[in-house]
Amino acid sequence: MNTIQEPTATLELNRRNFLKVTALAGGGIMLGSYLKLGVSTAEAAAGRGGPGGGAAAKPTALIKIAPNNAVTIIAKNPEIGQGIMTSLPMLIAEDLDVPWSSVTVEQGDLNAAYGAQNAGGSTAIPQNFMLMRQLGAGMRAMLVSAAAQQWSVDPAECTTAAGTVMHQTTGKKATYGELATAAAALPVPAANTLQLKAEKDFKILGTRISGVDNPKVVTGQPLFGIDVKQPGMVYANLTKCPTFGGSPISANLDEVKKLSGVLDAFLVSPQGSAPGVAIVADSTWHAMSAANKLKVEWNFGPNADQSSASFTEQAAKMGVDDGSVTFPTDAKVVQGVYAYPYLSHATLEPQNTTAWVKDDGTMEVWCPTQSPSRAQTTAAAAAGIPAANVKLHITRSGGAFGRRGDVDYAAEAGAIAAKVPGKPVKLTWTREQDMTGDKYRPGAWHFFKGAVDASGKLLGWNDHFVGVTRASGGPGEFPGIKSTSSTVPSGVPVGSWRAPGDNANYWASQSFVDELAHAAGPDPLDFRLELIASGPAGNRSNATRAAGVLKLAAEKAGYGKKLPKGQGQGISYAFSHAGYVAIVADVSVTQDGKLAVHKLTAAVDVGAIVNLSGAEAQIEGAMLDGLGAAWYLSLTIEKGGVKESNFDEYPLIRISDAPATEVHFVHGDYNAAPTGLGEPGLPASAPAVCNAIFAATGKRIRSLPIVNEDLKWS
Amino acid sequence: MATFKLTVNGSAKSVDVEADTPLLWVLRDSLDMVGTKYGCGIGMCGACTVHLDGKPKRSCQTPISDVGAAKVTTIEGLAKDGKLTVLQQAWCDHDVPQCGYCQSGQIMSATALLADKPKPTDADIDTAMSGNLCRCATYTRIRAAIHSAAAK
Repeated sequence: MNTIQEPTATLELNRRNFLKVTALAGGGIMLGSYLKLGVSTAEAAAGRGGPGGGAAAKPTALIKIAPNNAVTIIAKNPEIGQGIMTSLPMLIAEDLDVPWSSVTVEQGDLNAAYGAQNAGGSTAIPQNFMLMRQLGAGMRAMLVSAAAQQWSVDPAECTTAAGTVMHQTTGKKATYGELATAAAALPVPAANTLQLKAEKDFKILGTRISGVDNPKVVTGQPLFGIDVKQPGMVYANLTKCPTFGGSPISANLDEVKKLSGVLDAFLVSPQGSAPGVAIVADSTWHAMSAANKLKVEWNFGPNADQSSASFTEQAAKMGVDDGSVTFPTDAKVVQGVYAYPYLSHATLEPQNTTAWVKDDGTMEVWCPTQSPSRAQTTAAAAAGIPAANVKLHITRSGGAFGRRGDVDYAAEAGAIAAKVPGKPVKLTWTREQDMTGDKYRPGAWHFFKGAVDASGKLLGWNDHFVGVTRASGGPGEFPGIKSTSSTVPSGVPVGSWRAPGDNANYWASQSFVDELAHAAGPDPLDFRLELIASGPAGNRSNATRAAGVLKLAAEKAGYGKKLPKGQGQGISYAFSHAGYVAIVADVSVTQDGKLAVHKLTAAVDVGAIVNLSGAEAQIEGAMLDGLGAAWYLSLTIEKGGVKESNFDEYPLIRISDAPATEVHFVHGDYNAAPTGLGEPGLPASAPAVCNAIFAATGKRIRSLPIVNEDLKWS
Repeated sequence: MATFKLTVNGSAKSVDVEADTPLLWVLRDSLDMVGTKYGCGIGMCGACTVHLDGKPKRSCQTPISDVGAAKVTTIEGLAKDGKLTVLQQAWCDHDVPQCGYCQSGQIMSATALLADKPKPTDADIDTAMSGNLCRCATYTRIRAAIHSAAAK
């Protein structure tokens, strides 16, 4: 016998759940998500849905309105600094038509009822834009229906404003809170009956809204995974082999167990991460200090002879010009090798997870992650506990940049917690462990060969791309490129680093476009616009939008100024994660080669902008991320591991080097989902700066980081 | 292990730890004050910045035995009775934080700067703030928020 009343409506989060409004005890209304009948066995076992009950009795709240009209909205995606905890609720609040000042946002835990809860790929806004607007509009429609029924009027004669329903002709009004109980008896309307607000009526979308957690951030309240504290908690650290693929044979465990505060030390092989030596102690400091006293005999494994030097040597052989790319004898041929190094994510909060295996065999986990579902299943498998019995809390992440989509650290916490049952175990990586235990952005080479004719038109442009570990990510989408690729094998783990495949490949290709332009004669902007107009760029990008951002950036930056030697402007373009971005860089270089980047001006086309402040922040931050990486950062692989281990050898860009920034968005249509903003601002930044360096000095940067290049000019 | 008495945000505290325990970990693990953050452990990132008698210090490089009678101020001690300081409010008004992890240290360094130089120049800001890394690179807004607070 069903206890769930199936609605007649079709507004859903995904195929597996449906939405229902419920009256709250004490007054108020909640729009909640229920898992559907026939959900997976695992979820039914967890009491989260299934035939006859489970979550049907316990809906997962998305929007709550209290009798006093206070609104609570659940933010379902992980907040990693991309602003999604603020922007998704903004979309709901606008179409619900409540004042932003009446809204409180709470972070949601991992719950299948919410649907997808990932951060990554700049996908959260495009995937959720319409749905969030529909949720708000749907709840608003129910409240209007409730009022109309109470007043015996046509709902079409009712309007809303700031959490109140009004009937124009009679002047009747009621707040959402007052209407809640009546609205809770109504079905959720179908998505195709909903009226979304017109842009001219927006109070929230497109404005600058301050991040919902800012008051907690600026007062140091616990928000991050590393801040978790649970009663009886112990602290763990894991030391893994400095050579990737290695494993511990033995360690001075008895000695370490005698150190101050150490509770236990043991070898562990977490399923989902690399094996190592775990230390469990009564404080983070004791765990980290004891790790420093470990003496481990390692089996270094099969990768111990790998190094940056060996990769470079192999790449050079793969990139040799075999004569297959030819041009007419009167063509101006441009040929060069572009190279970039390994990078670490360097999230300022190091990787960590707290896991608690309970006496009843369930586990509770607190994890800063981009993939909470994967973190749950990974920690569960590592602990030997069914995933359905693992509850995962999504904490705020102190940066992610792609690192926290890999959840090796959650596996480690699960494996260690299983050996310390009954106590919460907080695993924290040291900075050194984080930098040498990353999933890296691998190094690569572009062997470019192109040519222009006497009139300055592009004849052809070939790229042989050589990547280490994988050949993913060609030169980016831009007209004229033909590319081939090869791979240098390696045991150094790789992962997604902000704008994967684009983050340095656009540096290479947009710098080489500049080289071709200078060989051709016309200005690098005109050369690009001509190429785009001659199209086609690729399968996905639109020539008009591409040209649009280039022209807008050039206009706003006053591109084309005649500047004395030592000062220069450079322009660049990228189509990344479906966003169109052009950047102009203003730089100067002293004669003895000291670089200063004065300003980065960006033009961005992603469609509609949700939170103007957050959107600007993503572009500002991404531009500086791309600049800082290109300017200063590189990792050296030696003995199959990473040499650099802290910020003294991996110098992130500092405020004294940061340029001024200016961001201009092309206006978009709010009736269509925009594309995302976490990543697109990054790839065009480094090439704009390198093109500006060339304009200023005549020096072409073909190898990153810039800090290793000689910029002296005379 | 020894007993150390210290004053944190005006309150007397007592902890039993080794003399070489960094103040950072005394705050985070012994006193449950997690506003002060761990980023590197070698004084290169500034996430651990606190004040000793009003002066900015990297607490990861400050053994508890060095604190003595100095008044320790942490991020938790700036707002009084829930009222944000002018600088903290500027941080919210300018929507400075992205991930937020570095911001405790940034605010502690900026608070000390404004106490020392109420109307700092950009060069003053560079000097005072260069020790604080922001991986999300919110630097332009950090600078703007400091200037805003200075103007009030």
